[in-house]
Amino acid sequence: MRHYPGLKTTILAALLATTSAAYAEDVEVLHWWTSGGEAAALNVLKDDLSTKTIGWIDMPVAGGGGEAAMTTLRARVTAGDAPTAVQMLGFDIQDWAVEGKLANLNDVAAAEGWDAVVPAALQRFSKYEGNWVAAPVNVHSTNWVWANKAMLDGLGIAQPTTWEEFVAAMQAVKDSGKTALAHGGQAWQDATMFDGVVLSVGGVEFYQKAMVDLDPEALGSDQMVEVFNRMAVLRGFVDDNFSGRDWNLASAMVINDEAAFQIMGDWAKGEFLKAGKVPGVDFLCFRTPGTQGSVSFNSDQFAMFEQEDPAAQAAQAEMAKAIMSPTFQSAFNVVKGSVPARTDVPNDAFDDCGKKGMAELAEASASGSLVGSMAHGHANKAAVKNAMYDVITAHFNGEFDAATAAANLVNAVAAAE
Amino acid sequence: MAQPSSDTDFRTRLQDWIPKLVLSPSLAAMLVFVYGFIIYTIYLSFSNSKMLPNYDLVGFANYAKLWNLSAWWTAVVNLAIFSTLYITICTAIGLTLAILLDQKIRGEGVLRPIYLYPMALSFIVTGTAWKWIMDPGIGLENTMHLWGWTSFEFKWIKDSDMAIYTVVIAAVWQTSGFVMAMFLAGLRGIDNEILKAAQIDGASNFSLYRRIVIPMLRPAFLSAFVILAHLAVKSYDLIIALTGGGPGRATELPATFMYSYTFTRNSMGIGAASAVIMLMTIAAIMTPYLYAELKEKK
Repeated sequence: MRHYPGLKTTILAALLATTSAAYAEDVEVLHWWTSGGEAAALNVLKDDLSTKTIGWIDMPVAGGGGEAAMTTLRARVTAGDAPTAVQMLGFDIQDWAVEGKLANLNDVAAAEGWDAVVPAALQRFSKYEGNWVAAPVNVHSTNWVWANKAMLDGLGIAQPTTWEEFVAAMQAVKDSGKTALAHGGQAWQDATMFDGVVLSVGGVEFYQKAMVDLDPEALGSDQMVEVFNRMAVLRGFVDDNFSGRDWNLASAMVINDEAAFQIMGDWAKGEFLKAGKVPGVDFLCFRTPGTQGSVSFNSDQFAMFEQEDPAAQAAQAEMAKAIMSPTFQSAFNVVKGSVPARTDVPNDAFDDCGKKGMAELAEASASGSLVGSMAHGHANKAAVKNAMYDVITAHFNGEFDAATAAANLVNAVAAAE
Repeated sequence: MAQPSSDTDFRTRLQDWIPKLVLSPSLAAMLVFVYGFIIYTIYLSFSNSKMLPNYDLVGFANYAKLWNLSAWWTAVVNLAIFSTLYITICTAIGLTLAILLDQKIRGEGVLRPIYLYPMALSFIVTGTAWKWIMDPGIGLENTMHLWGWTSFEFKWIKDSDMAIYTVVIAAVWQTSGFVMAMFLAGLRGIDNEILKAAQIDGASNFSLYRRIVIPMLRPAFLSAFVILAHLAVKSYDLIIALTGGGPGRATELPATFMYSYTFTRNSMGIGAASAVIMLMTIAAIMTPYLYAELKEKK
């Protein structure tokens, strides 16, 4: 007698057949968001993807400016095993796109209508030759000052609005015995301050000529010497132990009443929020005095690397869609301290500093004063950026004076191009 | 009979061939991964590589750019300072410790491993620990201040001019024990008869060491020099852990320079050129040594 498969076996076989079709891929994500506030922000994306049954393989590589992560990425891509998505800044995305390693996201972009809602200054980095290659997550800006309100109130200092007032305020704090400016002596942090100082000396025009167009006349001009003079003034207000300190430890100095000001991008806000501080009550956030009205931005984008497996490609498209959804943009940026990359996200969930940031971003984008941050790879390519880092950090550490620094800047940029 | 003799022949031939057969995979791997990639790097140093390898040749342009970079000159000067101090101080300390330990003291068995322990640590651990010790805010200077000696200053690690000497301190601490072990082995190999004969002739202890023992340790000196020199040229992890490149770029060394230019700055051509220069430096030390050693064997 023939053995027909019994009822149980048939049901089992049917279950196996259908459930395997519903299995979704994992995405492997390389990033350097390892500090407390940043990791909490990334969890929002992780949870969001897990509701779509997409697994998350985390690949964090610490290092505030992302250098170590980019090196790891290079090794993985050369080995032929690129991660699904990589956190990347500005010109690095373009460098990888030139090598032909990035996936094409046009389908997702068209379906979700990205072209209409992402500012043009950001699209310049998310697209290569008209094709979408990366999904922007947020917009950070680097010309912010974070201040300890209690300390300022105690010394009777008002929020400074001009550079001179800022210097006078820092002097008052220094005279009272506390550290005026909390700073970490790493090259990218010196350069982050540099962004704001360039804007404060010459405005958007000077910044565009010097940092983006790399005009040697602008780089060696008297205005640049003035920039370096101002950096030397800032150097006089940091404490003796600043060399090599991490940025979040500098923020901790302001949070713990040891220092009054920190010039840092708005990712520092995440540290303040995580420590339970309230904007406007415990700490103040304002643009670097002299740069009001302009925004030097950097946008974290997830660059999608070309995958061969169709299931992986599908997961990648899902991730891109999830990143750009307005609900996720709002939830993520509230925790991270940055501003959404879409201009149509409602600002109800954001705190006061976030609302200020969103309004200023829209204003700057409309008036053409939204410039890419040099310190974070949005003004020029990596070789030039690092050459500038060298000069800025050497000058900040006292190796030469302002005039020599400007001359060195011209030479360094010329050699790196 | 023909059968057994050809059998023996085959066995003898096999016995000749087996060692070569067993060693050949390692030899092949070494030829490819060491020498093959050295040649690949030399090729890249003449190419226009930026972020990923590129095979268009550009002649000596990368070398010209390399020698025009002030960071490279800093690295070369730092290497000269670091390697000279490192080699001389390590040798001096190692020799002194070895001679002292060789005096048939009671605690030799205990002291010897204690001096060797630093070598068991990785350079990263050494670098991190010494970074904390030498940090003015949390290390030695702070401790002295807390103990009451408030005018004590030790800010070398934050000073652009003096930072390279802190690297020397950490590196010497790590390797002196190893050099001591090498000299101890050399001292144990010296024939006692010669020393006894010299003592009968009335040689003082000091001139005994100066004129007989130290000249007889020449092979140990040479080995120590070669090992220390190559450790100095390839120092990377110690610098990164200790100073991260130094205040600004004050403790840049060729190895850190090569890494930053190849990977962080997307200038693989210049990084490869600096690697070739490092190779030539090591070859300049190793080749005379090898030549001298191989000549003697004849």
